[in-house]
Amino acid sequence: MVETHNPGGSATASADESSHDRSGGSSPDGLPAPAKRRRRQPGATSGSARMAALLVSPTLLVLTIVVLYPTIVAFKDSLYGTAGLDPKTGFVSKTEPFVGWSNYADIFGEAGSRFWNAFWNTSFFTVTTVTLETVIGVAMALIMHKAFKGRALVRASILIPWAIPTAISAILWRWIFNSDGVANKIIGEQILWTTEGFHAQVAVIIAEVWKTAPFIGLLVLAGLQVIPKEVYEAARIDGATAMRQFWNITLPLVKPALLVAVLFRTLDALRMFDLPYVLIGAKKASVETLSMLAQDEASNVRFGPAAAYAVVLFIYVFLIALAFVRLLGTDLVRDDDPTPKRRRRWLTRRRTEVTA
Amino acid sequence: MNFQAKIRRWLPYVGVAVVVAYCLAPFYWMVVSSLRRTSDIFENAPLPSHPSLENYLAVFDPSQSFTKSMINSIVVAGVTTSVALVLATFTAYAMARLRFRFKRVVLTVIIATSMFPVVSIVVPLLKLFTDFGWINTYQALIVPSMSFALPLAVWNLTTFFRQMPEELEHSAMVDGCTRGQAFRKIIIPLAAPGLFTTAIIVFIIAWNEFLIALTMTNKEDMQTAPVAVSKFTGASDFEVPFGSQMAAGVLVTLPLVVLVIVFQRRIVSGLTSGSAK
Repeated sequence: MVETHNPGGSATASADESSHDRSGGSSPDGLPAPAKRRRRQPGATSGSARMAALLVSPTLLVLTIVVLYPTIVAFKDSLYGTAGLDPKTGFVSKTEPFVGWSNYADIFGEAGSRFWNAFWNTSFFTVTTVTLETVIGVAMALIMHKAFKGRALVRASILIPWAIPTAISAILWRWIFNSDGVANKIIGEQILWTTEGFHAQVAVIIAEVWKTAPFIGLLVLAGLQVIPKEVYEAARIDGATAMRQFWNITLPLVKPALLVAVLFRTLDALRMFDLPYVLIGAKKASVETLSMLAQDEASNVRFGPAAAYAVVLFIYVFLIALAFVRLLGTDLVRDDDPTPKRRRRWLTRRRTEVTA
Repeated sequence: MNFQAKIRRWLPYVGVAVVVAYCLAPFYWMVVSSLRRTSDIFENAPLPSHPSLENYLAVFDPSQSFTKSMINSIVVAGVTTSVALVLATFTAYAMARLRFRFKRVVLTVIIATSMFPVVSIVVPLLKLFTDFGWINTYQALIVPSMSFALPLAVWNLTTFFRQMPEELEHSAMVDGCTRGQAFRKIIIPLAAPGLFTTAIIVFIIAWNEFLIALTMTNKEDMQTAPVAVSKFTGASDFEVPFGSQMAAGVLVTLPLVVLVIVFQRRIVSGLTSGSAK
């Protein structure tokens, strides 16, 4: 085994310990077991770090180009205005003027109403869809967990809404919500779903929940399947009702899986674009999200304001993610060693880091 | 068996039927609608009264350039998947096997990038690609796709590599393999199922991409399939061609539905191990 020895740093120290745990043959003084020492080649220490750097750097390079660089540029661009007529000189300028924070200031002023509308739409869609799909997804998972036969069929069918491209599902729902469509037929009313208004929001929510609730169901089902049966048997012997079993056993035990699923869904809902764009249309006030607003500004070559909206959305997503990570603790970024001992130690260390 | 026991026994199956119906009904409606004739497109019967393929023929009409958009989608999603998979294999291997400083930081950064709002990278990249003259090119669609494909692939593959017993490599190295050889000859073949699963998931997500494809193209024959379908127009601008939209929707979705049906077990294992464990 090749490993980096770097005494001093707490992270590496515990990593070393873990490697001993894993090999199961460490001597008490912290030196690797003799069997392992034989395998180690001279110079392996620096070799491992070099190899890691070699293997990781292409990915980091690409992510720097496609994520880090654009983010920095977005911050920079958000401080620039739109090329065009310069109000001071009256000349048409090709370059974008530096305007400082005015794109952000506009959010609280002139361009503010459209921004705040998009902001509230985004938040409203996120809260409603994630709540609904969590409830429906958990219900689906409980149902699927009970059934033994036809698993393949169930698995395939719950994957289909996930696999259908969002834009295609938006077209499909536009057809269902058409004035002569099947939705109106079923409810026996004539609602113009895909026009402006609250019903357009409802249409977006229904279509989004349809597509994503099965996905939550899938993740929760995976969480349910690792709960040992004995726990339920013990609860039954103690006379716990089905409801009590759900609240006191099932829910706490699937909570990590559920929270991760909810986090992913929340961050996804915050950047919602395709569904309202295709189902209802661009520039529709009742369903315009922050992503749609930023994209619309960018496609109209108003890069400065577009970047400002994108930056605000980015910060919004970041804050929500941060809140979730504090809530979840360490479940999100799992460490590499599956042994319980190691995991516990890491957890406690992280806790202290957070409080420190 | 009394009545109550019977209900108890069958209730889960009724529930499963409800779940399956919930998931499949809208998709079923798309298939059925695509088979209706234009003249009876507004029928709401569960089965088309006069099934016809005329919508499918309309989709392949040269004026729609739908065939080209399908090819574009295949190229973009295919290249995105291949590049992401190759880069991610190296990184995931290092994440799963090597010990180095800042490993947790690197992994956190990679996961964090997958949570990025795509629009906040698309806006600056659009500007950059405009300067490059890259608008309406494949690379303008593929490069930004890396922002979500690469983190997803790394995350998934790391989980797969961690599940593989480390002893195999050790014994190979004892037998005289270098780490690189052990990786090529032992790990890659053994990890093939995991690589394959990851490839399917990344492909499906790349195929579904819309915002990048919409922003980076303005020529009809460079659009990807989802964008092309969303912009379908009928014989006249005032008529929304629902029939051919449904037919095109079925065609865009069909490859994914086939993948899902054939590989459902793998996809589920990949999705659940990658995102929630």
